[in-house]
Amino acid sequence: MITKMTITNIHVLDQDSAYDFYVNKLGFKLVDDIPMGPDTRWLTVSPPEQPDLQLVLFPVKVSKMFPQETADMLITLIKQGVFGCGVLTCKDIFATYEELKAKGVEFMKPPTKEFYGTEALFKDDSGNYFSLQTIDNFSHENNI
Amino acid sequence: MSNTGKKIEDKTIVVPEYPRVYLYIRIVQAKLFIDNHYADEIDLENIADEAYFSRFHFIRLFRSAYGKTPHQYLKSVRIEKARQLLKEDKTVAEACFSVGFQSLTTFSGLFKKIVGESPSSYAARHKEMKKQISEKPLAFVPSCYAYQHGWLEK
Repeated sequence: MITKMTITNIHVLDQDSAYDFYVNKLGFKLVDDIPMGPDTRWLTVSPPEQPDLQLVLFPVKVSKMFPQETADMLITLIKQGVFGCGVLTCKDIFATYEELKAKGVEFMKPPTKEFYGTEALFKDDSGNYFSLQTIDNFSHENNI
Repeated sequence: MSNTGKKIEDKTIVVPEYPRVYLYIRIVQAKLFIDNHYADEIDLENIADEAYFSRFHFIRLFRSAYGKTPHQYLKSVRIEKARQLLKEDKTVAEACFSVGFQSLTTFSGLFKKIVGESPSSYAARHKEMKKQISEKPLAFVPSCYAYQHGWLEK
């Protein structure tokens, strides 16, 4: 029986820049930063109040997994903003929006009332996008 | 200036005296001030003054945005920074004083309360983990990722 998701990926273009974005701007906590040879690290972060979920900031580089053509294709798609990486929740979306904006995070949509709650959309430093919502709007069926 | 109220069907609706966005910007500025000056002697009264709020109003708004009072938030930032310093092999005293605590006893007590173990035990545990990571880094990476990167041990 599967119980939880513990590790998932975010494909990033540059690990140093991703570290700065996720740790210094979004406020995620660094879990692992282990050198794995030249220019590559095992780099994982967790949302501040969710230590049992690690996001691997996975570099797109030519490797066993990504032949040159695949890596090039993936980099193009990430830059185009094709990949949505999920929904992040916060206590107060207006305060979070103002804080992230003050830190230079690029928003594609300001906090907007939708039928499911108030939502904003922002991009990470690579081009991946996230939905930001208030936690109150994300509680349906969680308490069954 | 006082809030203005409209009487509609026996319910008083309080209309904010300034647009909400300014309110949020002020609270966020106070939070960012704490983030940037946690190591200094911060006078939270001054932050409220600079934000043009009464102290009570400021604390209430800050808490509604961040779930903590400014004082609780400052303490949590200091302890979080101290954790980072201990992971970087700083001594307990160095960590304590560089994040703005004046007393080692206060620091150790608060650290234990928030983190669940004493600063020295936390530092020792991380030192041991760092040693293991440097000796056998692949033991800390799920093998599917190591395989994708071609990091498998020879």
